[in-house]
Amino acid sequence: MMSEIKKIKNLKEFSTSADRFEGANLLCPGCAHSIIVREVLNATNDDLILAASTGCLEVCTAVYPYTSWDASWIHIGFENGSSAVAGAEAMYKALKTKGRLKQPERTPKFVAFGGDGATYDIGFQWISGCFERGHNMMYVCLDNEVYANTGGQRSSSTPIGASATTTPAGRVSYGEKRNKKDMMAIMAAHGAPYVAQVSPSKWKDMVAKIQKGFAAEGPVFINAISACTTEWKFAPEDTIAITDLATDSLVFPLYEIINGTELNITYRPKNIIPVRDYLGAQGRFKHLFTKQYEYLIDEWQTRVDLKWEQLQRREEARV
Amino acid sequence: MADTMELRDIEVWDGNMAASHALRQVQVDVVAAYPITPSTPIVENYAGFAANAYVDGEFVMTESEHGAMSCCIGASAAGGRVATATSSQGFALMVETLYSASGMRLPIILNVVNRAIGAPLNVNGDHSDMYMGRDSGWIQLDAYNPQHAYDLNFIAFKVAEDHDVRLPAMVHQDGFMTSHTAQGVHTMTDEQGFNFVGEFQPMNDMLDLDHPVTHGVQTEEDWHFEHKARQQHALMTAVIPKLEAAFDAFEALTGRRYNLVETHQMEDAEIAVICMGTSVETAMEVVNELRATGIKAGVVGIRVFRPWPMEQLAAVLKDVKAIGTLDRSSPHGTMGMLFNEVSGSLFNTDTKAVLTNYIYGLGGRDLTKAHLVGIFNDLKANMDAGKPTTPLQQYIGLRGPKLSFF
Repeated sequence: MMSEIKKIKNLKEFSTSADRFEGANLLCPGCAHSIIVREVLNATNDDLILAASTGCLEVCTAVYPYTSWDASWIHIGFENGSSAVAGAEAMYKALKTKGRLKQPERTPKFVAFGGDGATYDIGFQWISGCFERGHNMMYVCLDNEVYANTGGQRSSSTPIGASATTTPAGRVSYGEKRNKKDMMAIMAAHGAPYVAQVSPSKWKDMVAKIQKGFAAEGPVFINAISACTTEWKFAPEDTIAITDLATDSLVFPLYEIINGTELNITYRPKNIIPVRDYLGAQGRFKHLFTKQYEYLIDEWQTRVDLKWEQLQRREEARV
Repeated sequence: MADTMELRDIEVWDGNMAASHALRQVQVDVVAAYPITPSTPIVENYAGFAANAYVDGEFVMTESEHGAMSCCIGASAAGGRVATATSSQGFALMVETLYSASGMRLPIILNVVNRAIGAPLNVNGDHSDMYMGRDSGWIQLDAYNPQHAYDLNFIAFKVAEDHDVRLPAMVHQDGFMTSHTAQGVHTMTDEQGFNFVGEFQPMNDMLDLDHPVTHGVQTEEDWHFEHKARQQHALMTAVIPKLEAAFDAFEALTGRRYNLVETHQMEDAEIAVICMGTSVETAMEVVNELRATGIKAGVVGIRVFRPWPMEQLAAVLKDVKAIGTLDRSSPHGTMGMLFNEVSGSLFNTDTKAVLTNYIYGLGGRDLTKAHLVGIFNDLKANMDAGKPTTPLQQYIGLRGPKLSFF
């Protein structure tokens, strides 16, 4: 049986169409992780083999003797969720060749989840290995730009000016000094068939990308913005609003890269919001709104404008 | 279907080739590996088998040893036969995942071709990596020659995959001295070899799509202790009887006998050395020569390193008067591991043997027959005196001034 693209009519149906990730979990109220995971899982009717690297999602969803997962799921360590699912995918291929699959007519999808710490930093080598080897798998980065599970230390996804516990803002420091690593470009450079940046608040765009990813042959990288109420410091009920500010200010542009070269911008905000409004809505950037550090906000805007310009030129060039 | 390979009854194989053929004959479903000296040929040979249709499982060449064992864990949890190989620095890089594999009760087979661990960097054989693995929750079997490296792989798969055990197992052999030294190896046919282990029987397999399973959960002070206790229970109670049964079955099939503790001339031995790996066979030769001069010497080889065969070892050493424990790994601040383990095994028994410790062969330094004769001379003096006549720990074969402690 070939897997079919699942038809999704409306948000209500989408949000309730399957329950392979249970609401019974320990994630913070307002955490975007669970929204992202449900949107990924609900995008397909196929069976799922899942992995998670150590992080918020993992520690909050599989605390013995409970599990939030109604699909096979594995966790090993912080750096190797990608390799765990790659190993399972290799076994699937082996048992298929040898005729030992228990349900040979079904075509499970292999998905690994990891935070930005597990993706941009400690697990980067393992992900790169999996992508180079061409496993048929999807890797979803739940990008909340900080080591949230351990209390808010900076990662290489933490943007300039954010105050993190290991790069705190202070009398002589504006917080994180380095720009966020461009993981999308790096993963596209692996020649992956499909790489996309998604936002759970733009669910139609997101589900279309997840389905494209599931339809692709080979490793697929999805970078999902995951607004973190705890570490970004905003009210739990504002998760979606903050996420919309990120996409509509173009701080987190939504685009895809096919076969490493073909770039498509998939969302163009009708009204582009100043970056200042996005930064101002979060406690982690509060110190930027002082005379001492205000120049950084202008620099932020310039950087975002430049990146948007680059993306548009890449899109036009089709190379 | 993988092609069958016709083997001669006796093949001239080194330890690496012997291990490769064992992996081929049991038809491993997924091998995920990363090459490292001196275990590299295991992986290369296996790649050759795959390239020529002698195996039809998946062969995944990963970006690191950590990635290799991570893939092995995912593959094993998915539900199939899994194996890999490594040495030394690569073993050290794997250590985190070794604990995951045993904690998740996944019967992965790891061929460890023993090698020193830097610094200073060294590619030759000692037991530093084997010793590093001893608290990781794996079964550890030790080969002394290529024949053992071949045979013990079959025994490892059979025991590890048993549903009463479900623990990963390492098969150790000495880097270069076994791995790259060709000897005559008695073979089984492909059919015999496969049938000895049998078809893989999955349990809690992720790929059983009708029965989703969660692997690798979080436990804190509420349940972690109980999980670790269950793991220890399996290692301490299930493994030894299953190994003994496998040894019996293997002997019935091949005529070759393995034991938890191997002995040579121990029936009436008054003095004995205890060692592992290739040193066991060197010591056997020396003992044969000493016996000709009337010295009642013997050799004890550890075959099953984990779980530690405490009772069997105590029984073998019951009447010995002086024992030398030979460790091929730097103890770094204490007595050698074998000294401590053997002491612990004898302490509550009636045996009052004089026990001393020899550190030898680090980084592939040879252990010569002359060294062993010297050790047996020490042991005889200890027996006659009824107490140690030498320092408790001596370095053997070291350049420069003698080194000893305690």
